[in-house]
Amino acid sequence: MSDIATQDFDRRNRDWYIDKLVQLVVFFGGISAIVFIIGIFVFITKEGFGFILNTMDPVEFFTSPYWEPSDEDAPEYGILALIAGTASVTGLALIVAIPFSLGAAIFVGEFATGKTRELLKILVELLAAIPSVVWGFIGLTIMNPIIIDLFDVPVGLTVLNAGIILGLMTAPIMTSIAEDALKAVPDRYREAAEAMGATRWQVIFKVVLPAAKNGLLGAVLLGVGRGFGETMAVLLATGHSVNIPDSVFDSVRALTATIAAELGETAVGSDHYQALFTIGIFLFVITFVINLTADLVVRGVRKG
Amino acid sequence: MKLSRLTLPVVCLSAALLSSAVVARTEIQNKGSDTLVNVAQAWAEAYQTVEPDVAVAVSGGGSGTGIAAMINGTVDIANASRQIKSKESDMAAKNGIEPLEHIVGYDALAVYLHGDNPANTMTIEQLRDIYGRGGKATRWTDLGIEVPGCKNQQIVVVSRQNNSGTYAYFKDAVLGKKGKYRQGTLDMHGSKDVVDLVEKTPCAIGYSGLAYATDHVKLACIAASDPATCVSPSPATASDSSYPIARPLFMYTNGEPQGHIKQYLDWVMSDTGQCIIQEKGYAPVRRVSCQ
Repeated sequence: MSDIATQDFDRRNRDWYIDKLVQLVVFFGGISAIVFIIGIFVFITKEGFGFILNTMDPVEFFTSPYWEPSDEDAPEYGILALIAGTASVTGLALIVAIPFSLGAAIFVGEFATGKTRELLKILVELLAAIPSVVWGFIGLTIMNPIIIDLFDVPVGLTVLNAGIILGLMTAPIMTSIAEDALKAVPDRYREAAEAMGATRWQVIFKVVLPAAKNGLLGAVLLGVGRGFGETMAVLLATGHSVNIPDSVFDSVRALTATIAAELGETAVGSDHYQALFTIGIFLFVITFVINLTADLVVRGVRKG
Repeated sequence: MKLSRLTLPVVCLSAALLSSAVVARTEIQNKGSDTLVNVAQAWAEAYQTVEPDVAVAVSGGGSGTGIAAMINGTVDIANASRQIKSKESDMAAKNGIEPLEHIVGYDALAVYLHGDNPANTMTIEQLRDIYGRGGKATRWTDLGIEVPGCKNQQIVVVSRQNNSGTYAYFKDAVLGKKGKYRQGTLDMHGSKDVVDLVEKTPCAIGYSGLAYATDHVKLACIAASDPATCVSPSPATASDSSYPIARPLFMYTNGEPQGHIKQYLDWVMSDTGQCIIQEKGYAPVRRVSCQ
């Protein structure tokens, strides 16, 4: 004890330098996320800015459904149909994912116990880890013929196909976050309700779900963000057709898929290239806003 | 005169020395048009036996991809099924690259129909109604055709992604310079994908290189106006330009080709090279006799 008390902690020996070095490494690790996000934003803005300043007509960009950037005489840069494509697929994905993930979260969080619970949690996380190109492949080779047979439509690569695939992809993430939200509800709420003679379902529907509603909303919003940003699966399953859909059996094209399909094949610095980066900026802003909102909403519940 | 007689052996000698010293094989990067990719691969393979020291690396992706790669200076030869656009040559000039055009063959752009489709001929006007923006035909019945197995008779219009040379050529040839495609076409990412989809879909119509034809799809006989004077797509009708939608196929090099790139292109244009393109279902640039 006396040894430690008399030791000179400020002495600049090897340990002191190691200490400082580790501090520095951890500090850079800590701020790297900020550096990267700013770096990415600066990069995509730089690449797309020339288009926004010179070529882009904002009214045409957001309200024209015609996307013909490779036309030599009169290129058209309208992303309305692409927005409609992304929105319709994401919307359908939510309709598919919300019941599944909410049900799964309630079951895992409130009913399942012991081994069942652990197993389910592991499986849900495994489901989230399936690469999106595999999901897209499932859409292309398995869902496509099923949809053609089942609904008697000419082509199965449609909003329906991509929506279901994307719904299944989003569900595990939404389940995990929703389950966290349910867990954040203090046990004393449940105990109080049970003491009043409420049944298990009454406890969940009248007490737990209302108390967790911000967290659940956050889960849904993160699902929306995921849907907007997903690329590979929607590229393969939507049919890649610039189109404002009338029904779920129409083929569409997503914003992300357009970038993925066209970026590698345009000359660096051309209008078409910059227009694709402008779509990138648009997507970045949208997912940023969605994630920020989700974060604020979830934080709201933690405080209350 | 004397100089050139001298330089040739010197160049050959130094080239031989160089190749033996470095051992590593020279590689020609060749990229672009999906229409040409099969032929380009066949050429590259056959060239192996002619010049084992030169490896030609071929990849597809579309004419736009190839030309973009040429502009960015990452390929030696760009394959294209359309001519380079003025914008693209401007950009190339900015990077100090002068794309030089070589016509290596001709292609008849076939209009594909499902095997059950009763239609045999298509006029350019009908194609314009199907593919053009504001076109009148959205159902097969609009053209007076009833396709068995096609629900609602809704035409499934199959097109290509917008950087494809086939896309650009079909637009110019059928819809006109100022023409635009309609909304809602299925934009396939390769020549073969178009044929595959049409083969499986009774309602579909698609366009793609003649070389991608299979036994399970129908090739429409194309007429400029009067259906009675239609011409079927074939290498022969493509080279004598009687087929209305036939186009030249290009290879672009950066300036006048030199050294092994020149040798390769000369070989492509030789009878051996031209026989290979004919074998693959395209028309050669001149009449060649092959076994």
